[in-house]
Amino acid sequence: MSDTSPGDTVLEVRDLHTHFFLRRGVVKAVDGVSFSLKRGEVLGLVGESGCGKSLTALSLMRLLPKGGARTIKGEVLLGGENILQHTPAEMREIRGRRISMVLQDPQTSLNPVFSVGDQLREAIERRRKGASLSEIMKEAVAALRRVEIAAPEQRIGQYPHQMSGGMKQRVVGAIAISGEPEVLIADEPTTALDVTIQLQYLKLLKRLQAENGMAILFITHDFGVVGRMCDRVAVMYAGRIVECGPVKQIFEAPQHPYTRALIASVPKMTGPVGRLTTIEGQPPSLMDLPVGCRFASRCALVEQRCLDAYPRSVRVGAAHTADCWKVSPP
Amino acid sequence: MVWPRREAAPRRTARVPWIPIVIISVIVIMAVFAPLLAPHSPIDQTLRDKLLPPAWMLGGKDKYFLGTDAFGRDILSRLIYGARVSLIVALLALTVGGGVGLAIGIVAGYVGGAVDSILMRLVDAAFTFPAILFALLLAVTMGQGLGTLVIAISLLLWATFARVIRGEVLALRQRDFVALAKVRGCSSLRIMLTHILPNVLNTFMVLVTLNIGVVIIAEATLSFLGAGIPPPTPTWGLMISEGRGRIAEAWWVALIPGIAITLLVLSVNLFGDWLRDRLDPRLRQL
Amino acid sequence: MSDQLLRVEGLKKHFAFTKGILFSRTLGHVKAVDDVSFDIKAGETLGLVGESGCGKTTTSRMILNLEEPTEGRILLEDEPISGLQGDALKAYRAKVQAVFQDPWSSLNPRMKVGRTIAESLIVNGWGDKEKIAGRVRELLLQVGLRPEQAEQYPHEFSGGQRQRVALAAALASRPKLIVLDEPVSALDVSIRAQMMNLLKDIQAQDNVAYLLVAHDLATVRHMADHTVVMYLGKIVEKAPTEQLFADVRHPYTKALFSAVLVAWPGRSEEEIELRGEVPSPLNPPAGCRFHTRCPYVMPRCSQQEPALREVSPGHAVACHLFDNA
Repeated sequence: MSDTSPGDTVLEVRDLHTHFFLRRGVVKAVDGVSFSLKRGEVLGLVGESGCGKSLTALSLMRLLPKGGARTIKGEVLLGGENILQHTPAEMREIRGRRISMVLQDPQTSLNPVFSVGDQLREAIERRRKGASLSEIMKEAVAALRRVEIAAPEQRIGQYPHQMSGGMKQRVVGAIAISGEPEVLIADEPTTALDVTIQLQYLKLLKRLQAENGMAILFITHDFGVVGRMCDRVAVMYAGRIVECGPVKQIFEAPQHPYTRALIASVPKMTGPVGRLTTIEGQPPSLMDLPVGCRFASRCALVEQRCLDAYPRSVRVGAAHTADCWKVSPP
Repeated sequence: MVWPRREAAPRRTARVPWIPIVIISVIVIMAVFAPLLAPHSPIDQTLRDKLLPPAWMLGGKDKYFLGTDAFGRDILSRLIYGARVSLIVALLALTVGGGVGLAIGIVAGYVGGAVDSILMRLVDAAFTFPAILFALLLAVTMGQGLGTLVIAISLLLWATFARVIRGEVLALRQRDFVALAKVRGCSSLRIMLTHILPNVLNTFMVLVTLNIGVVIIAEATLSFLGAGIPPPTPTWGLMISEGRGRIAEAWWVALIPGIAITLLVLSVNLFGDWLRDRLDPRLRQL
Repeated sequence: MSDQLLRVEGLKKHFAFTKGILFSRTLGHVKAVDDVSFDIKAGETLGLVGESGCGKTTTSRMILNLEEPTEGRILLEDEPISGLQGDALKAYRAKVQAVFQDPWSSLNPRMKVGRTIAESLIVNGWGDKEKIAGRVRELLLQVGLRPEQAEQYPHEFSGGQRQRVALAAALASRPKLIVLDEPVSALDVSIRAQMMNLLKDIQAQDNVAYLLVAHDLATVRHMADHTVVMYLGKIVEKAPTEQLFADVRHPYTKALFSAVLVAWPGRSEEEIELRGEVPSPLNPPAGCRFHTRCPYVMPRCSQQEPALREVSPGHAVACHLFDNA
């Protein structure tokens, strides 16, 4: 358990830059990302493929793929300490304990040749060194019960292939929270699940969060999920956050042209059924980013100053900012 | 602040294997231009010049750069002409054996069911067979010669090709474009030819390069055992066989073709490995 | 009768679950599709909705003649399609085409895009090279790509563009019906809108019917005239889309709606969280297949399977709650 009180900032990311250094050039996948997470809140990170959201998550965990990706700038403050400066040994201590992660594909998140119990045991053993096997297994069963898996004593000996997708994701969740992390990063955890199973899982996450007060960074491309899960949401485009604010405000009155266009292009469950708004063009290449606003080439409101300089961040409401020249403070 | 080190991008693909490529090219050129390159005839015997050591050694003559064998035949010329035989045999055996294996692999993998079961049992049988013995048997019954040799070596190869290609085809069959081809009215034959075949060619090419070594050695072994091309046509395997009895006093007769085989097979294997690394990952990207 | 382009009657597909190679014993049947009936009018879209294991993909594969039904009939323009061979089968295939979910797997990576698009024309001996090339150019333009791109290979295209190529290939033979199996779920959010607009435009231009298999209700709402909801091989509800969205009846459909839309402002639905897992199709629950997870379950539900009954014009539900409707 952390000793921060509710509402305290538990994770702060400042000006994070993670680039890929390739022979043909530098891919600026994460190019100046800043946000903060408070205890007990869920921050959504939304964007389309290639915007950098998954890489942001990996940068926080310092699990960048080998082969040229490096975090070259910025700070990641977990409880005040900059974890970017931790040694690999120090990182190993906090991964799974203070900051943990859940990924999209339950199939590949679990080792197929170990039973569920063994995989949980591995996670628990790290924390409870010296505990006897029976104590650890009791905890493992309790962990499964906590993620609402029925008959956990039986499930403990089962292998991943004997479980459905939804159940596997719960096991993954159990492993991730077994260390009582302060921050949980969830990277599209429900994308591969059926809709009704997804709802079960999201509700479970919320219940778990209420229990231990962890902060959740929820990465997704699905606005429906954002509405259901998140308190605040940050919209990413071409390596940067272009808008960030409370979910209700962003849904009702999105300020950034990209956010607006994105929400408008999603088919809704209510309202008139007509032609959907589309966004012409393509995102810019991350190796060859323009000087000005990165959405300028596709924006209906583009002006000269949008091309000349990157827009400043405008405060458009309580805790709601948008990076756009065409947006003025209220 | 974490300062970047200005490092070179990591090399993800291996460097182009220049030395193997050069060696292979030299041998191919030797084979193709044999009549122009060989200083002497490979089969003319000059008995008074027999068992001369290579030119740089004591007793050697410049005329015979790599020395002569027991019949006074120039080793260098025999080596050059021998390259020709080895490569022709390799080419033919790979075409026949590889081709048959490719066809069987595609049919077994795509058609499946009983056809697949039967063909795969045949493949299993082929693997359990002592291939070299079978080749010797063929040589005895059909008589020595290029045809027999090619058939014998093909029999060694086809099963490996069939099995690997079948594996690829099984995976390919699941891809949507195969089902869509059916939906558009393509017959099974058309699908196998226009959709499956082009997509296994990369694997086939890699298999070919990786098996050249096997074929060369098989040819050498069979020739060595007396079941290959009959003398006086020089083949590297035959040359080793002929020099075997005189390793002590005339080591160059057996050792030189031995080195040649080793160099060729090593080069081809290294090249094949590199080719596989280049072609396969790209396949995954697609 | 003749305005029904496609009729599916009592369709069943049972897969035998066997063990052993030489002497295989049948251990049971996976009742993937179990008595499904619906029809599609020319130029209209039918949405087939459900989660994994509901049988919608198997149903679509039977319509595409990629699987043989265990029971039931499929009729295209009043002609049954079972047992079709040779030229009759080719003619059927020209009329019924498909676009699948995965843009990365739908195109032969070793084949130029133009050749893929021309495939059904080539197979049917439709014309000479010139004519076919002309048609390919026409099709590329129709899906919003450039005619020169016929010479390119799939890896030179993005996901959204590949789906357009797949669509062009499906349109080549001027089909009357296209089976769209999750055509947009693998695409980025902003690209989906483009694709859906395109599909609707083409439907208006060419009067082609669509069987839209999808799990996303919002997509179905946007594109389908009628919607059929499936669960574990059975139809639980079917209705004109507008009606279904205005008046959801079946508990499973309600749960589906609840799971999808809680985000969007404008609809307040009680949130229904289903208990438990989806049962195995090898051993579906007795009686109503949904009863093990249904919040409104009654004793009758485990004993007797509910029949699909009309509760209002065009709107049918299979649920004991509406037995006396």
